[in-house]
Amino acid sequence: MWVLLVLAVVVVLWVIAAYNGLISLKNQTFNAFKQIDVQLKRRHDLIPNLVNAVKGAMDFERTTLEAVVQARNQAVKVNASGPDAMKQISQAENALSGALSRLMVVVERYPELKATGNIGQLQEELTSTENRIAFARQLYNDTATQYNTKQQQFPTTLVAGMAHASPTELWELEDQGERAVPQVELSMKPRA
Amino acid sequence: MTDEASLNLFQQQEANRRRTTWLVIGFVLFFAWLGFGGDYILALYTSGSGSEGYHHVFPWFGVVLTCIAIAAAWYAYKTGPQKVLWATGAREVIDPQTDAERQLVNVVEEMAIAAGIPRPRIWIIPDDDPNAFATGHEPRDSHVAVTQGLLALCSRDELQAVIGHELGHVKNLDVRLMTTLAALVGAVLLMRDGMGRMMRGGRMPIGGGSGGGGGGRKGKGGAGPVLAILLALWILSWIAAPLITQLLALAVSRRREYLADAMGAQFTRNPLALASALEKIENAAAPTTAIKRGSAHLCIADPLGRRLTSREGWLADRLATHPPMGMRIARLKGMGYAQLKKEGGSSTSSVRA
Repeated sequence: MWVLLVLAVVVVLWVIAAYNGLISLKNQTFNAFKQIDVQLKRRHDLIPNLVNAVKGAMDFERTTLEAVVQARNQAVKVNASGPDAMKQISQAENALSGALSRLMVVVERYPELKATGNIGQLQEELTSTENRIAFARQLYNDTATQYNTKQQQFPTTLVAGMAHASPTELWELEDQGERAVPQVELSMKPRA
Repeated sequence: MTDEASLNLFQQQEANRRRTTWLVIGFVLFFAWLGFGGDYILALYTSGSGSEGYHHVFPWFGVVLTCIAIAAAWYAYKTGPQKVLWATGAREVIDPQTDAERQLVNVVEEMAIAAGIPRPRIWIIPDDDPNAFATGHEPRDSHVAVTQGLLALCSRDELQAVIGHELGHVKNLDVRLMTTLAALVGAVLLMRDGMGRMMRGGRMPIGGGSGGGGGGRKGKGGAGPVLAILLALWILSWIAAPLITQLLALAVSRRREYLADAMGAQFTRNPLALASALEKIENAAAPTTAIKRGSAHLCIADPLGRRLTSREGWLADRLATHPPMGMRIARLKGMGYAQLKKEGGSSTSSVRA
């Protein structure tokens, strides 16, 4: 009799703990996703300023700049919701990342460009922006993976239904060309 | 290592909270012993003197010392981060002016995103030796400080790795324990000096009171050996107080450095950058003069440039604040190569090898 009671209490306590653990992970995942959004917004807001700042200095690379602006406008326009939302957003954003890294390659090609203060700052800002997005994505993928694993593992999977937990999608780089973007050497020390 | 770091984050935070509490309690208890022990000894000592002699009845020392200790502990805990930063002469970067400062702010922002914590406040220490530390109580109220030398020496990737290491300390609440400890070490030194002065000043009346103590010595009889042992223990405690706190500082920090290295590598996914940053810091080797002994255990590399740090072994285990650089670098390189191998297959892989 007592044994059963103790057992019941233990089981109830475990269910509560597992349920709360799942809910906490779910919210963390959600929050991490919002963080990506925040960083993407930041990039969208940054680009017009950056392009204005270098337009004069880079008259000869018009197409590269235009590609960036276009990709940016495309990315801003995507306001999808629904099951395909993540795929659409990540496609547009990946295109923008590609355009931006081509811009960085171009800047790299003209050392005299970098000598002007504006471009040096631009490079730092671009690097930082791309890093922020990458790290926000990384955090989201890590958290989401943890969440997915937890809800599929036995015995937590028993309470997954109760917590309305369902596997979330990871944020991936879609096309192979995107991955093959040449690595730009940007790690040089800033000039004082 | 990395898995350990990520899986046990919650336990680590809890352990650090708990240890901080015990540290503060231990600190107060220690001073209570110093105070009440002194009272007891004095009571034993004066109990034999005649009716007109001084009788130590009310435990003044104990009450006063305990109160001071509680106040000091509270003060040390509250102001620990500010005191540590102040002691290094760091200045806060609020509005970045130079390119280096802008880059630092950006890098800290990036790593805060990777670690999933609010951006800590950023400080620069005017010192040419490369070093860095983090301090604070909670991730939402934390600080990272780097030396001017680190900014000059490290590439962007390396700076990122160092900041990642520091944010590892912040995220698992190492900073809470280590900052409190640093502040308490300072408080102990301060209190010992203060007490020493008080004792020397206060000896006159007590000495006068026990002027008849020569007679008291004969009278106390059986209390003699107990008194002697207690007195010896008590004096030893006074002498040992700063030493004990120093030893504590050493004991808490060695394993933490490996763990923070692993966490930093997990944030940046680039363990080799941290390895090369550590190599650069190690080769710079000049002592960081701006960072004093009391906060040495907070830093990414031993600021005192002690040779003990470069050895593994029983003695070094107990006497050095940091694990040997060679070991840390070797572990990071191990992580890096495991990652490279894995990336032969897929480029989305992480450091979790």
